[in-house]
Amino acid sequence: MEEKVKNITADDQQEYVINMGPQHPSTHGVLRLVVSLKGEIVQNLIPHIGYIHRGIEKMCESITYPQIIHLTDRMDYLSAHINNEAVCLNVEKALEIDIPDRIKVIRTIMAELTRIQSHQLWWCSFGMDLGGLTCFFYGLRDREKILDIFEETCGGRMIVSYNCPGGLMYDIHPNFQKRVKEFINYFRKTLPEYDQLLTGNVIFKERTKGVGRLSLEDAIAYGATGPTGRASGFSCDVRKQEPYSAYDRVSFNEVLFNDGDTYHRYLARIAEMRESMDIIEQLIDNIPEGPYAVKMKPVIKLPEGEYYQRVETARGELGVYIISDGNKNPLRVKFRSPNFVNLSILNEISKGWKIADLVAIGGSLDLVIPDIDR
Amino acid sequence: MKKEEFKDNESLELLKKSGTNILLTTIDDVINWGRKNSLWPLTFATSCCGIEMMAAGAPRHDFARFGMEVYRASPRQADVIVVAGTIVNKMAPVLKRLYDQMSEPKYVVAMGACAISGGPFFLNSYSVIKGVEHVIPVDVFVPGCPPRPEALLYGMMQLQRKIETETIQSRKTRSASHDSK
Amino acid sequence: MDNKQLEELITTFDQDIETTEGKQYLEVTLPADKLHSFAAQLKENDKTRFDYLFCLTGVDYGQDLGVVYHLRSTVHSHYIVLKVRTSDRENPKFDSVTDIWKTAEFHEREVFDLLGISFNNHPDLRRLFLDSSWGYPLRKDYVDDINIVTK
Repeated sequence: MEEKVKNITADDQQEYVINMGPQHPSTHGVLRLVVSLKGEIVQNLIPHIGYIHRGIEKMCESITYPQIIHLTDRMDYLSAHINNEAVCLNVEKALEIDIPDRIKVIRTIMAELTRIQSHQLWWCSFGMDLGGLTCFFYGLRDREKILDIFEETCGGRMIVSYNCPGGLMYDIHPNFQKRVKEFINYFRKTLPEYDQLLTGNVIFKERTKGVGRLSLEDAIAYGATGPTGRASGFSCDVRKQEPYSAYDRVSFNEVLFNDGDTYHRYLARIAEMRESMDIIEQLIDNIPEGPYAVKMKPVIKLPEGEYYQRVETARGELGVYIISDGNKNPLRVKFRSPNFVNLSILNEISKGWKIADLVAIGGSLDLVIPDIDR
Repeated sequence: MKKEEFKDNESLELLKKSGTNILLTTIDDVINWGRKNSLWPLTFATSCCGIEMMAAGAPRHDFARFGMEVYRASPRQADVIVVAGTIVNKMAPVLKRLYDQMSEPKYVVAMGACAISGGPFFLNSYSVIKGVEHVIPVDVFVPGCPPRPEALLYGMMQLQRKIETETIQSRKTRSASHDSK
Repeated sequence: MDNKQLEELITTFDQDIETTEGKQYLEVTLPADKLHSFAAQLKENDKTRFDYLFCLTGVDYGQDLGVVYHLRSTVHSHYIVLKVRTSDRENPKFDSVTDIWKTAEFHEREVFDLLGISFNNHPDLRRLFLDSSWGYPLRKDYVDDINIVTK
């Protein structure tokens, strides 16, 4: 025994496998990472998922199209409105219905509010992971204001189910425009506080600059979209490539960076919040008059064929693929979720970094685990 | 909140024992007062209800004023486990292991429709457990999908009232029933 | 390129394919053994340059099992859909395209997990969501009296 102890030197490091189990404060959900380390440096990482696999795709084959909306809400619950919009747009495209302008504009405004609210939650949990607990309180304080707007109009705070095939469930509340304008004014003054807390902070920069680099070729090969892809220079914004709803009548920038490290993924999301506020400002004053829903048949049956719709959620590109054989239940529904793809790059980009950096990298990818498992 | 404004006062009356001597009831009151005002939850959130649990800890509906100040990451240090989110076949053994690792006294709050009965995933799903009561014994159910943070606070207040009714004898039987051998 | 020009170009790659103009994208149905070579050509060729695989779906059509690939080119901004089918339900196998598009690794594992379709030359074909004793839930003939509650 004494011989063994004397012979251990600093170079004698074997690989050591640890388990960041499903219940962990910083994995943002039930994700199990089996990490093999040499000392503190990550050599290899295997994600184990399936701890929240509810079988949503199989359930969709036994329910009708309007009922699918309520399940998509709970998949990536922080972009609930945008998930709903994807299914509605797909069904409306298949039935070849013309949607009035009012519905398109309201959907776009709600989608951008959802995006801001999702990034606020990301910001607060990212700061908390790196140890700055203040960010938790600031981010959630501001997010409550958006949730108040949602609650007045849609009835729910986070799970909204406001869209339905053919339009919206109810018309907007009379106070909607006033409250949204108040929120924009308030948030424009508060966003610089976020910059003061984290963006310019020396400790934050040391921990995130250069960490977890994702190159442009890898981003395209792995299909990493959303702010993760845009930070590496991959121009993947679906709102620019195939404009849907009212995105063809607003002007906004797609902010790209070249350095795909954690710091630039952070900056990409902060920039997205600013762009979202610009989009809302362009639309909020001129909501056109008109009906809030188109009359649909009581039982919706899609003509036979395949339909694909891409939308841009807060985390990347969501694809809804419906194969229909003419009945009221679909034959197959597939959700191409952005988080599923963003998880696959975690192994690639965290090789060679330490465990504390792994937490920062995982936080910057902004994973929502129920979207991976569906 | 006044006692009349709470619902379900009947089950609370059943839990109250009467007829022990003054010394023991005073000790019971002091112990219960200490325990109910410092319940520390475990960080356990599987899906959407987890965000509403975080919002309940946020500045607007602060639950630190109820004593649930700190979230403990380790089950050994936590008092209450708020099961927020759907429990799936693959996750059930993990939940059971976490519950077994917690030390007495421990309480369970089932938050959200998914934890109570499977929720929106009750029909047609092959891997959702229809209610967390199949895995661990539950003290308080908080309905909603997701329940508002105020509803979660109400659920925690009900749990506090339930703790108030405990006596030394009832604690012993409770611990014995939690032993899973 | 639009769908007509694309169709003319890809028929020069291989004669064995059949193309249909779907409601949105150009759909190409291939025999299963031509999949890998055709996909590699779609990526390498400068005029097509399909470098972004954005969706890989496994489908149970009732009698057949199939896989659908949705591709996009970031250079030319055109789309194409590849489909392969097999009627072998006992042991369906296709070629893996992981060496062409790295994102296929996770997607093919998911298809293997939920439908039972295995892929040749996949670097790590294991089940993803479920554990090894489950059947293949997304198949139409999957019966599970214990877990599934229907009205």
